Amino acid sequence: MLEIRGLSAAIDDKPILQGIDLSVPQGEVHAIMGPNGSGKSTLAYVLSGREDYVVTGGSATFDGHDLLAMAPEERAAAGVFLAFQYPVELPGVGNANFLRTALNALRRSRGESELDAVQFLKMARAETKRLAMPDDMLRRNVNVGFSGGEKKRNEVLQMAILRPKLAILDETDSGLDIDALRIVADGVNALRGPDFSALVITHYQRLLEHIVPDRVHVLAGGRIVRSGGPELAHELEAKGYAGMVAEAA
Amino acid sequence: MTAETETLDTVQSLTQSGYKWGWETDIEMDLAPKGLNEGTIRLISSRKQEPEWLLAWRLKAFAAWQQMTEPHWARVEHAPIDYQDLHYYAAPKKKPGPKSLDEVDPELLKTYEKLGIPLKERAILAGVDPGSIEGGSQVAVDAVFDSVSVATTFRETLKKSGVIFCPISEAVRDYPELVQQYLGTVVPVSDNFFAALNSAVFTDGSFVYIPKGVRCPMELSTYFRINARNSGQFERTLIIADAGAYVSYLEGCTAPMRDENQLHAAVVELVAFDDAQIKYSTVQNWYPGDAEGRGGIYNFVTKRGACRGARSKISWTQVETGSAITWKYPSCVLQGDDSVGEFYSVAVTNNCQQADTGTKMIHIGKRTKSTIVSKGISAGRSNNTYRGLVRVLPQAAGARNHTQCDSLLIGDHCGAHTVPYIESRNPTAKVEHEATTSKIADDQLFYCRQRGLSEEDAVGLIVNGFCKEVLKELPMEFAVEAQKLLAVSLEGSVG
Repeated sequence: MLEIRGLSAAIDDKPILQGIDLSVPQGEVHAIMGPNGSGKSTLAYVLSGREDYVVTGGSATFDGHDLLAMAPEERAAAGVFLAFQYPVELPGVGNANFLRTALNALRRSRGESELDAVQFLKMARAETKRLAMPDDMLRRNVNVGFSGGEKKRNEVLQMAILRPKLAILDETDSGLDIDALRIVADGVNALRGPDFSALVITHYQRLLEHIVPDRVHVLAGGRIVRSGGPELAHELEAKGYAGMVAEAA
Repeated sequence: MTAETETLDTVQSLTQSGYKWGWETDIEMDLAPKGLNEGTIRLISSRKQEPEWLLAWRLKAFAAWQQMTEPHWARVEHAPIDYQDLHYYAAPKKKPGPKSLDEVDPELLKTYEKLGIPLKERAILAGVDPGSIEGGSQVAVDAVFDSVSVATTFRETLKKSGVIFCPISEAVRDYPELVQQYLGTVVPVSDNFFAALNSAVFTDGSFVYIPKGVRCPMELSTYFRINARNSGQFERTLIIADAGAYVSYLEGCTAPMRDENQLHAAVVELVAFDDAQIKYSTVQNWYPGDAEGRGGIYNFVTKRGACRGARSKISWTQVETGSAITWKYPSCVLQGDDSVGEFYSVAVTNNCQQADTGTKMIHIGKRTKSTIVSKGISAGRSNNTYRGLVRVLPQAAGARNHTQCDSLLIGDHCGAHTVPYIESRNPTAKVEHEATTSKIADDQLFYCRQRGLSEEDAVGLIVNGFCKEVLKELPMEFAVEAQKLLAVSLEGSVG
């Protein structure tokens, strides 16, 4: 599914990722944990194609395709979804209109027929309800005037509607209270299945209480320094990043 | 727009009943030589069989114009215009139009397709020479036949409710007292250089009169969009809404129009009496010139509405995407107590386009109210200026104005400028001005692309969001076209 080999990347000539090796097989949920500045968000951006980041070495393939050679919208069409750490506001653009435009762009690229406004709204309302989100979420402008928690929930709603094959969640738990955290986790868990993989990037172990990962990787200094099962997250919680990184060094 | 005139001529020769719409015919025989002098004006007036008063009015305008100099205060630049090097009546065709759609610039055809313009209308818009080949002739003539029958139906409906809607040259003949009473009362002949020029040489335009208490039964749009193509470069429009009347008038076309006249100087006058409402919407997409700024229409327009009656309301909505240069300030003179003026504008400039546009709100009556919402979008190497005047006279107690001016920049080589003039001479008046400038942020584009939108679709979506407050003022069907138009106008502006 997702195969990363020796991936290095820099921003403004400053190296951030320094040789990442990672495989996420189809149907698995992997967690990436690490201290601030370890390169977690950079990994998310490089995989989704943000132009400010320069890949300096290594490769990343998705379903056998060279992910790094694709434009961001091509990666989206291939099934890669990034839940942003800081979702962007689009003034004047209605959430429903935005999502329908996005979904139809994805459907077009897959040779599927487009959904009309009625079909789309029916589906989107059902998802909104399932995720226990208020109806007006679809009517409001994309992320404008949303609280931090609402923005994160909106990312999960978008993910539920766009149905990616690989979701990268970039600190989706940050700034969430416990109820919002549960809604986000439920949203991810509902998609879990043989056709869905996820890379859950988080600073804290608490999200992983709700989304139990198949594998946990610890990122430090732009490299993966430890990998293990879900129990690794607990160990990390006990020892702290400093202890773990010192041990690995 | 000689190609369209020919189309109409063809129609006319085919229909034995004749085409009784008052457009001047036999254009091939009626060429005025280049240049502007009293003789030209007398020729125009006599060809149009105008009454003596109108000739005198034109000559007065011409005399005023000769004393005036071209204004240069706007933030636009252009090579000097030689006013003696223009044809002022029935300009001859400089070169024949394309013989068929195969000869039309494929880029233009692509644009029509993106805008969703029906195939048979594309040929007319592209100026395909009718009668030159079998297929082409059939296409163009069919479309015009359609429009004639549609227009006739409209005209019947309007007649029943007492609405007068006709070419202004026809109004001069059939309703001379109405025209004489109002023509030039909102925009006087000596108002400005271009208005004076227009008054001297205008050839046609539209006339609308809505009687007391009548709500015009339809948007005066579809009809106009079909017929507007004949009005030429010096268009004159006069709309009068009598007490309690309502009319929504729509001018323009989303399709880029082929036109050999580079200089356009139209005048639009609106008059609203007690409790009357006029809503005037424009979508302007004339040829902006090529990417290097060659060619393109100069659009120097004077549009003004007079709210003469108490509680009257005039609302201007414009979407300006075309022309090489736009110089345009649709204004409201708020004379009646409690009268309301509104101006909603989207102006897009790309490549080398220049737009200097805005409004004037003159508060005279008590408790008069005005709202200005201006959205300027600049891309490429273009310059986009909002220039607006809010003037509150001493007697306008309790007047209020709110102005909101937002500029959106795309890329690093364009300019946005906001030039507000505020003059308040009444201490009870409230005048507010807000202005913002923003750029389409890289993170907005990336966010959209990550969700699967192409870069151009993302720009279209963001720009339409930015303009939403203005677009919602447009009549429904036109709002949809305008949205597409914005996206098409900005193609290639990023990346």
